Amino acid sequence: MGSLLVYVESSEGQFTTGSLGVAAKAAALAGELSTSVTAVVVGPGASERAATLGSHGVGRVLAVDGARGDEPSATEVADAVVAAVRAESPLLVMANASVLGAEVAGLVAGRLGLGIATDAVDASISDGSVIVTKPAFDDSVWVECGWAGEGETAGVALFRAGSFSADPVNGATAEVVGIEPEGSERHVEFLGRAESTDEGVDITQADVLVGAGRGLGGPDQFGVVESLAQALGGAVATTRAVVDAGWYDYSTQVGQTGKTVAPKLYIAAGISGAIQHKIGMQSSGTIVAINKDANAPIFEYADFGVVGDLFEVLPKLEQAIRESS
Amino acid sequence: MKIAVCVKEVPDAGASRRHDPAADHRLVRDGDPALNPFDAHAIEAALQHAEGADGVTVTAVCMGPASAQRSVQKALALGADDAVLISDDALAGSDVLGTARVLAAAIERGGYDLVLMGQQSADGECWVLPGVVAALLGWPVLTQAASLSIEDGSVRIDRQAEAGYEKVGASLPAIVSVSDAINEPRYPSLKAIMGAKRKPLEQLDLAALDLPAGSVGQDGARSIVRSVGDPPPQPGGTVIEDDGSAADRIVEFLRERNLV
Ligand SMILES: Cc1cc2nc3c(=O)[nH]c(=O)nc-3n(C[C@H](O)[C@H](O)[C@H](O)COP(=O)(O)OP(=O)(O)OC[C@H]3O[C@@H](n4cnc5c(N)ncnc54)[C@H](O)[C@@H]3O)c2cc1C
Ligand SMILES: Nc1ncnc2c1ncn2[C@@H]1O[C@H](COP(=O)(O)O)[C@@H](O)[C@H]1O
Repeated sequence: MGSLLVYVESSEGQFTTGSLGVAAKAAALAGELSTSVTAVVVGPGASERAATLGSHGVGRVLAVDGARGDEPSATEVADAVVAAVRAESPLLVMANASVLGAEVAGLVAGRLGLGIATDAVDASISDGSVIVTKPAFDDSVWVECGWAGEGETAGVALFRAGSFSADPVNGATAEVVGIEPEGSERHVEFLGRAESTDEGVDITQADVLVGAGRGLGGPDQFGVVESLAQALGGAVATTRAVVDAGWYDYSTQVGQTGKTVAPKLYIAAGISGAIQHKIGMQSSGTIVAINKDANAPIFEYADFGVVGDLFEVLPKLEQAIRESS
Repeated sequence: MKIAVCVKEVPDAGASRRHDPAADHRLVRDGDPALNPFDAHAIEAALQHAEGADGVTVTAVCMGPASAQRSVQKALALGADDAVLISDDALAGSDVLGTARVLAAAIERGGYDLVLMGQQSADGECWVLPGVVAALLGWPVLTQAASLSIEDGSVRIDRQAEAGYEKVGASLPAIVSVSDAINEPRYPSLKAIMGAKRKPLEQLDLAALDLPAGSVGQDGARSIVRSVGDPPPQPGGTVIEDDGSAADRIVEFLRERNLV
């Protein structure tokens, strides 16, 4: 029986927790199927740290050490994964939905003509095959997906970041072998990183955060959240949409590509509550949300939600809080 | 330079939704379908480039039922020069791979230098279509652009990844998806809406794309929905409609939890 193939991603010289979580999940599934987990790792130094993947349940690692830039690009990783699929005929290809992971999953599915299930949050065995569970239609239903492949490899599964714990399961060591990637003719070039703009308040230390999303409407409108944060002795946090638009500093961003926070109180204002935001703030003690849209996903996990206009609610809230203290 | 923008028609986000187990678990939504809001940002990015350069054309490319023509018209009203709508009964039930095959074939046929997409479709929310299409064409893919620059036969983007902002680039032709924070899409004027009706809209069926039967639609689908059920119960907070007293209700709630 084929193995389960996992792309274990490296970022700045370390394996990412999201992809280690997928490896751990694969190991649990492999146990049930009496097969094994093979990982693909790519990038500078990847083969040197690859043996440690044994402690996450990986039996074998196929490693590509070089990268054209400082970091491997999606095309290079896809070249490695495609070569691994051809060599191993795995049952399934699994990856974590990071920015790079999603590109790789798409490229691999396209090159090999495989079905792809995205946004999965769990996987299980049904009639001897792996199936995945994914929320759909704004999380209003949960769907079970499988694949109808022709070859031995059923398809590609891409998991929501943060779906699985990445804790090591034992102290085992994985076998590491090199692999010759299949060459793409056209590549993505990694051109570098922007300077970090970390400045001001450390939001991870605040007891109270007022989260501001795109519902604020523009960079000049942040007065309402700043003064509420001040009244509560807290700080302002933001979403990727707000930061990418240049409305607020990146150091305040919460979520998958921002910070992970766990304040006693998180007040989300004008935030839709996308999963990539949620995974950065779901451990908050209490979550309050104000959003105009009653269907916004944030209401699924807020302890107290208000369907309303933040510009109506927040000033009154600030006043009530100042009066009560 | 020819830019294609892939646009999808999606159910109105504000409308109530149910899934229909009797109809293959298809999503049923009340309200009118509309242009995927994420794709308006891709159109805007294409238009901004076209307005600052000579000889750039922008084509909206859509796969969808004939009724998706309305969303394609919206793309034209926003400023696309022309549009291609691929519609065929045989395309119903296409999965990501099937959709990508159709779009890749339409892109090849049109001979574009750059293809822009939205970061996600509001209903499918796969985020992966750009990669699959790129693979089928053998082109590089750059996703989630928070900023985009096109020059000298190449494209560069800034985007947020797990380790902060990074810069990636590729030579053209390439596929780029844009983050919904890259720009503020314009509103079409009434004149533009009327003018859109006179812009070229080419309708293609499957035969025009020369794709093998069975590679798309329900028959070509390689990812299969096996069952649809209710989400696991949420820990269940209180949600109220603001009637003017919401601020007081929040304070009351925070007081119960000793947070104020
Ligand atoms: C790989 C990847 C990583 C990502 N990482 C992150 C991350 O780290 N952090 C993050 O936040 N996102 C991240 N995202 C993006 C994420 O998917 C969402 O796009 C983003 O969180 C949306 O931000 P938002 O809620 O501010 O904007 P929107 O989704 O646009 O929501 C704005 C909300 O404001 C509401 N609103 C508008 N006006 C008002 C008003 N007057 N009063 C009340 N409500 C109003 C609207 O109803 C809407 O729900 C990532 C995406 C990907 C693919
Ligand atoms: N049927 C379609 N026709 C044209 N473009 C599409 C279609 N489906 C998806 N797209 C494009 O692919 C992007 C990502 O979609 P998705 O992978 O479904 O989240 C969208 O923003 C569109 O630009």
